[in-house]
Order: sequence, then structure tokens, then C-alpha cells
Amino acid sequence: MHNLYFAGVDVGSLSTDVCIIDQSGKVFSEMVMPTGVNGSEAAERAFDASLKQADLTRTDISAITATGYGRASVAFATGKTTEISCHGVGAHQLFPKTGTVIDIGGQDSKVIQVDTHGRMLDFAMNDKCAAGTGRFLEVMANRLELDLDELSNPLNIKGESAPISSTCTVFAESEVISLLAKNTPREEIVHGLQRSIVNRIWGMVTSIGIQGEVTLTGGVAHNRGLVALLEAKLGLSLNIPDNPQTVGALGGAHIACRAYHSTLESSTT
Amino acid sequence: MSVRAELKYKIMKDYGAPAIMALQDIKKRKKRPVPEAFGPPLESNKRLKEILSRHYFLSRYVSGVKKVAWVTSGAPVELLRAFDFYTIYPENHSALVGAKKQGGDYCGIAEGSGFSQDICSYARIDLGHMLSGKTPAGKLPKPDLLFCSNNICQTVLYWYKAIAHELNIPLIHFDAPFVTTEQTEADVNYMAQQLQDMIPILERVSGRVFYLEIFEEILKRSMETSKTWGAILDAMKAQPAPMTIFDAFGHLAPIVSLRGLPVAQDYYHILMDEVDNRVTQGIGAISDEKYRLIWDNIAIWYKVRFLATFFAERKMNFVTATYTNAWAETTGHLNVKDPWKSMAKTYGQIILNNNLKHRLGLMTKMIKTYAVDGMVMHSTRSCKPYSVGQFDLRKAITADLDLPAVILDADIADERVWSEQQIHTRLEAFCETLEGS
Repeated sequence: MHNLYFAGVDVGSLSTDVCIIDQSGKVFSEMVMPTGVNGSEAAERAFDASLKQADLTRTDISAITATGYGRASVAFATGKTTEISCHGVGAHQLFPKTGTVIDIGGQDSKVIQVDTHGRMLDFAMNDKCAAGTGRFLEVMANRLELDLDELSNPLNIKGESAPISSTCTVFAESEVISLLAKNTPREEIVHGLQRSIVNRIWGMVTSIGIQGEVTLTGGVAHNRGLVALLEAKLGLSLNIPDNPQTVGALGGAHIACRAYHSTLESSTT
Repeated sequence: MSVRAELKYKIMKDYGAPAIMALQDIKKRKKRPVPEAFGPPLESNKRLKEILSRHYFLSRYVSGVKKVAWVTSGAPVELLRAFDFYTIYPENHSALVGAKKQGGDYCGIAEGSGFSQDICSYARIDLGHMLSGKTPAGKLPKPDLLFCSNNICQTVLYWYKAIAHELNIPLIHFDAPFVTTEQTEADVNYMAQQLQDMIPILERVSGRVFYLEIFEEILKRSMETSKTWGAILDAMKAQPAPMTIFDAFGHLAPIVSLRGLPVAQDYYHILMDEVDNRVTQGIGAISDEKYRLIWDNIAIWYKVRFLATFFAERKMNFVTATYTNAWAETTGHLNVKDPWKSMAKTYGQIILNNNLKHRLGLMTKMIKTYAVDGMVMHSTRSCKPYSVGQFDLRKAITADLDLPAVILDADIADERVWSEQQIHTRLEAFCETLEGS
């Protein structure tokens, strides 16, 4: 039997991520590209790049799940699933003992409870504000004239942190401006920002609870300082994927694979 | 009372209103087709529209004929009916503004005058109306009296105080002590006494004398109407349910704002007959009802159609809601032989004046008796008494009953708060959980 390939395309607010797997779950490509202003074009571009990386063509792909905010704009997808379900499935594939997924994405963050098959049981999401998200960090990095890597330096978690509100990105930015005006050390501000995000996540965690192992997904998982703070707050160590940004796309590819086989089964029975 | 005003009112009632209704009916013939996901629409919708349009239309001519009272949804209006007040429900009017997607404009007017954005949007819309005179209902009559009860929230008192101050008119407040564990005898006596103390004030404002027999008649009618409304909601236990809760949000208007009047009593008999008929014939509100849901909190008025369609297309039907149930839940206490205390029991124990344990028990019972598969909770800053505690309720219900649930952060009537993409993702994820469970 020849190999069947499946893809997940996650069109997020900041990045468009693609993952291609075969029916055994082996990963052939993982691609992260900026979404820009046109989600539909970004999806095409990232998908083509991903195919090239995997040395495949479009006709080789049996099923494609689109996910993320721009999922409706992916014309070539064979199915659509929310990023919430996709992150649950993706995290479970990487860490099978995952019971809880914390995803900190570009413009939202969520806590997802999954069952032993990676199926979503419950979830909590941030409200109408980007505080506690990747976008929040981007805005602050700009203001502090740091790149995201510099913003992610692990810090002494017991060290001083400047108090920064966790309710609004724009107001938090004003707070940062006034802290800079008062010559507050940048490390303290960075620490305060990380703490602010952790506090937002903590609110969601307490609303639905933690079960099993906890896997952190989304680009913010690259932020080592934040991970350390979050681990301290939760009192446990987090599973961190090698490519936290493509977990949603990976989940999408697995969902495409399942959907393909269940359609096949129902059409042959 | 002026003879001219009375004559005008009578002409409008007998000829003007029917003519306007007939005109509306002609306009309505061009209505959009019903999407496939829905069953046949309720015939009663037409009568409902007539009743409500007529009520607002006639209110334009009521000045100088009847005294006008503005009333809150949980106030014991039966007492006012005994003095023949023409009642306007600002909450109902604000919902109407919200449904027309104009809430933001009206709220903006109130905010411009210094009212905080954190105040209930029903209140801001009403204040916006008062300050600008704007209304989609043509024109609302100025009140002679304000009548509110804090059994639904504390905001109403300050909201009505602001109107009383602006218009320099009397305000009667019915103070209902919150039921922290159980309603006490002292609470009941306190409320019963307040109701009796209102009589001389109402006599003075209305210029009419209080007759106990008339009041008892109204009370009886109100009891019977609420009972019928309860039976209509009960009929939604049928599978498939003959109505969706989105229909019920609309059909709720007479029990809220025309309670105690013959028109409301008659209307619910019409609706009951139709609903019964649909149950007998197995006609569902949606074409293919696969999942049954419960709704918590007030409707999102500017998105009723969107939500109804979103769920119907996924074969999901809302079959019950704590909101619609509120006008049937406690009216069983009403007793003509003991009017004052029985009203105290009825109005003092409504859901928003009762503790969370009570709400949990009520919701658990509703979920079981209506064979509910999932729960959607609308969290709204406008209605704090309804929204506070929802996270705890959700936690308890999802754990005890293994029921998927989602909380939507939106608003009852201020459409500016709605965030389409975020809500969409939450709703789709909720549906994925439900379909996967």
C-alpha cells in the first residue's frame, strides 16, 4: 500500500503553520510563516512551502484540516476544526499522558482539558483582550526595544518584578512607558510582563482545573522565563514541544487522517 | 382627564391600531424565507407582533387618558393594574432597541452624559432614550410614576432614581430582601406590609380608589397567565421540542409586560393550543433535533437570529432557559385568599433574588427533566446578579452531570460588546465537544 499523507493548516493571527504527516503519524514537514494581511494567501504559501519541504505535491495529500482564526479562508481544505480541538489532539500526540493543554497563541490563550484519546472535554479562553497572549509580548518587546528572544531570558523567579496590570494590553503598554520613565530596570519590567501573562493563564486554569500532565503549546512556549514562572505558579513541570507553534497544525493533520479513515469506513460498510 | 384626549385614545384603539396592524401585515408579506434548518414557524408570531405593536402604538395617545407607570420586569405589577395604570417596561423597550441593533447608539448618549459603560445596557439605553427622546417605537409616553423592585438587581433603584430626579416624578420601590438560605416569615411580612403601604400613594397618583375585588380579579388572571406560560415551557420537554428558546424569548414579552391584563391571558391560550398541536403532530422547531441545550441568562437580543441559525444548522435546539422560566417559577405561590403575603413569596423568591444553591438545584432539575445534552451560559456585565456565580455553577454542573458547557462573554443589548470571531470559535469548540461526547 502506498503512503497516504495528511495536512493540518493553522491560520493564526500572527503565523500560519502547516504540518504534513503520513498515516502512521510520522511528520514530514513543519512550516511556520507570517500570516500577514491575507490569510488565504498565507495558507497557500505555507502549504506550498511545506509540500516542497516534504517533497510532495498537492495530489499526494488525501485530506487537509484547516484550523485557526482564518480556517474559513483555506479554500483547499477538506475539513474545518477549531484550533481548540486541534491543540488538544496535537499535544496528545506528542505527549500521550497530556490531560491539560495550555495554549498561548498570538491573540488568544486557552486552557483545554482532554481525555485519554486527546479529545477535548472542556476549555477556557481569554476574554476580549490580548493581555496574556503572544501579541501582548510583541507589543511590549517593541516598546522595550528588545527582540522576543531577549524578552524570553530566564530570570530569577524570586527576583524583583514591576507590577503590571493583566487586564488590557494598551493600558499595560502605558504602564510600561511610565515605568521606563521612572528608570525601572528593564529586567524588572520584563519580569513583570511575564508575571502578568502567568496571572491571566492562572485565572483560566483555576476556572476549569488541571488534570494529568500539562503541555504548553503556542509560540509563547519559546519564552523560557515565562515557562519557569508558569511552572512555579502551577507547581509542576510542563511538557514543552520542540515546535510549540505547529502543535495545532499537527493536531489538524491527525484530525484529517481520522476523518479520512472514518469516511472510508462508512463508505465501504 | 380630558374628553378630547380620551376620544382620541378611543378612536386610535378601535380604528387607528387595527388599521396600522393591517398595514404592517401587508408589509410583512415580503418576509425572507425560513432557512431549511428550521421547522415551520409558529403561527402565533403574528398575533404576538400585533399585541406588542398595538401596545406601543396606543401608548402614544394615552397621555391625559390614563396614568402611565414605568415598571421593572420583576415588580409586582398586579397592584398597579388595580389602578388602571398604562404600564411601560423600559427593559422590554431596551431589548427592542437591542434587537434592532441600535443599543450602542442609545448607550452612547447615556455615556456622553456621564453614565459609566459598566452600567447595565438596559439602563443606559433607557437613559439614552430619556435624554434624547429617541425610540424605535415612535414615541413613548412620559411616566407619571416609577415602580421598581430590587428583586432583579440593585441597579434598577439607582436607574429609576435618576429618571425620578430628571422628570421630578414619584418613585415607588418594592424592597425584596435577598434569599440567602430560605425566605423568612419576617421577610414575607416586611414585603406584604410594603405592598399595602403603597395603596394610598397609588390612589393619589392615579386618582382612583383601590377595590380589593378588582385587585383579586387581576391577581387571579395573572396566576392563570403564568400557569399557562409555565405549561407552554413544559411542552418543550417533547422531543422534538415544538419551539426553540429563541422563539420563547420573543413570546415572553406579554408575560413580562402585559401580565395581569386579559390580552396576555388570551394570548397564551392561543400559543398553548398551537404548541400542543405541534407536539401531537411531532412538529419540531428545528428540522432535525439531535442535541438539546439549556440557555442561562438574558438573551443576546441583537444576535438572536444568528444564534438560532448557528445551532439549528448543527441540529441543536435550546429547549429550556432559566430566563424564560423566571416568569413561571414562583407564581405558584400566588393565592387570592392571601394576596399580600402570597405576592411577597412570589416576588421575593424569583431566581435573581435567590441564592446560588437554589439556582444549582433548579438548573440540575431542568437539565434532567428536559433531557438536556449541553449548556450555554451567557455572561454579561449588564446583568451582574445573573452573571456572578456562573463559573461556579458551570463547574458544579459539568462535574455532577458530565455536561459540556460554554460561557459566552457578550451583552444583552449593547452590540458593541459582541466579538464575532471569538464567540464563533467558542461556539464551534463547544459543538465539537458535544458531538465528540
